[in-house]
Amino acid sequence: MSTTLPAAPPQAAATKTSHRRVRLTDRARKERNLGWMLAGPAFFVMVAVTGYPILNAIWLSLFDYRLTDPGAKDFIGLGNYATILTDGLFWRQFGVTTLITVVTVAVELVLGFALAMVMHRALYLRTALRTAILVPYGIITVVSSYAWAYAFSNTYGFVNPTLGLGDYDWFGGTWSALFTICVAEIWKTTPFMSLLLLAGLAQIPDDYLEAAKVDGARAWQRVKRVILPNMKAAIMVALLFRTLDAFRIFDSVFIMTAGAQNTETLSFLAYRQTISRVMIGLGSAVSVILAILVVLIAVMFVKVFRTDLSQQRGDRK
Amino acid sequence: MKASRSTQLFWIAGAILIILYALIPVFWIVSLSFKAGDDITNKQFLPTVWSWENYKTVFSSDLFTTALRNSVGMSIIATTISVILATLAAYAISRLEFPGKRAVLGVALAITVFPVIAIATPLFNLWRTIGLYDTWLGLIIPYLSYSLPLSVYVLSAFFREIPWEMEQAAQVDGATAWQAFRRVIVPLATPGVFTAAILTFFAVWNDFVFGITLTSSEAARPVPAALAFFQGASQFSQPTAPIAAAAVVVTIPIVILVLLFQRKIVAGLTNGAVKG
Repeated sequence: MSTTLPAAPPQAAATKTSHRRVRLTDRARKERNLGWMLAGPAFFVMVAVTGYPILNAIWLSLFDYRLTDPGAKDFIGLGNYATILTDGLFWRQFGVTTLITVVTVAVELVLGFALAMVMHRALYLRTALRTAILVPYGIITVVSSYAWAYAFSNTYGFVNPTLGLGDYDWFGGTWSALFTICVAEIWKTTPFMSLLLLAGLAQIPDDYLEAAKVDGARAWQRVKRVILPNMKAAIMVALLFRTLDAFRIFDSVFIMTAGAQNTETLSFLAYRQTISRVMIGLGSAVSVILAILVVLIAVMFVKVFRTDLSQQRGDRK
Repeated sequence: MKASRSTQLFWIAGAILIILYALIPVFWIVSLSFKAGDDITNKQFLPTVWSWENYKTVFSSDLFTTALRNSVGMSIIATTISVILATLAAYAISRLEFPGKRAVLGVALAITVFPVIAIATPLFNLWRTIGLYDTWLGLIIPYLSYSLPLSVYVLSAFFREIPWEMEQAAQVDGATAWQAFRRVIVPLATPGVFTAAILTFFAVWNDFVFGITLTSSEAARPVPAALAFFQGASQFSQPTAPIAAAAVVVTIPIVILVLLFQRKIVAGLTNGAVKG
């Protein structure tokens, strides 16, 4: 998607309109002005509030700059990047972030598909089901993180007694702490994934499934041969959105472990460097690296599945 | 659709499982919020005695009530402005031909892709310099830019489904493009605008990153950020149950919106995302 970000040259836009009725130039000009009048304010807000900070971050990332000691601000070129990329801690946090992303998105895809199937097929409880599933979607991430942190807590939680684990300390080790973070994240975001998949499911004509059934395809075969291939685009969009989102995980880590037990993620590192340690230069460099990684993931997705997406989007843009 | 009795039973069982999956953690935090005294550490799902004590605690605490006022105020202002701007932009994108249209969509897409924290930390520097740090405006502005892309996509998807001919007809009858927009499209688009408003409200209400990076006091700190600071507050000897109560309070608006507008929210999410 981001490969198509640069604005299309005006000629391209002009050729796109050619399939429309030919309009009077005067009218076309009016339309053009109105277009910018209407879209301009939103465009301005988006560019000003994100464009400037991004450029500012890139600039500041080239300095050795600590907020509490502005006198010592010093241009060091790519020095901050070298510091970060040669630091074992950064790579561990990169690993943690990647692990959380891969695990949660994979589980969400499977679980989300099951949810979407049930939502699509269930004739009863339909409204109740869709209403219930929107609660995790809408709930504040901080709230869901607290709910899960307390559920797993060995002081307050019901998880240990329910599973017969006694006083097991979930937040005492890296793996178990990461597990709880993943559970909270999966619970909160699977509904979103399942709704995107449901949209894909709904687009498959019932005839296809009927035909497959008549031809003797069993349930699993129908899923594998008919349903999945026909909703590739929806799966792609869902995967892309969720992967980008999961890679930026911050709220639940902050609430559930505050980065303890080596559960720090890249977003958390950027936060800690800039806000807590006021190492503005170093923190900005972490932010830039994080942004580059996210863009890389997006580009990778688009490259790998370009055909699917262009089929999906071709009729739209 | 015909389905045999046993398959329907299978799907019903699935539906019940999913409803439990979605609601158990919510019931858990509700139940925790009603625990008092020794119940808080009883490690059982339900309290032995249901108590309003934690709600009394949070509502008598300035930390929470101020944060709640901040959250409600900033969310409503940001949602309103965001949806107005997005409505105008989405109309232009789905109905008009103008150069730079793809740039608008591209920027919107780039923002949804960009990590919030990577925006928040530079804004932290900038806001401190120009005096927007720890103010309502300092949070509303990033909320706007962050919620705009979603609203623009959702609304464009809705606007594309509005019948062209209606607008054409109005223009044939002598209406200008602007009149066609106001008299014909606006009434048709209102449900879409409404949905975009709900989704925007969810996004802004949920904000945590801007809330903790761009505030330092109660002046503008929203509830999610304030919850994280309950820990150190001296007036709560045991902040767990009060946090649960505060968490329940801020979840109530979400639940109400979901109950009232379930159908619209589902439509908005699926249309905006897949067709956008």
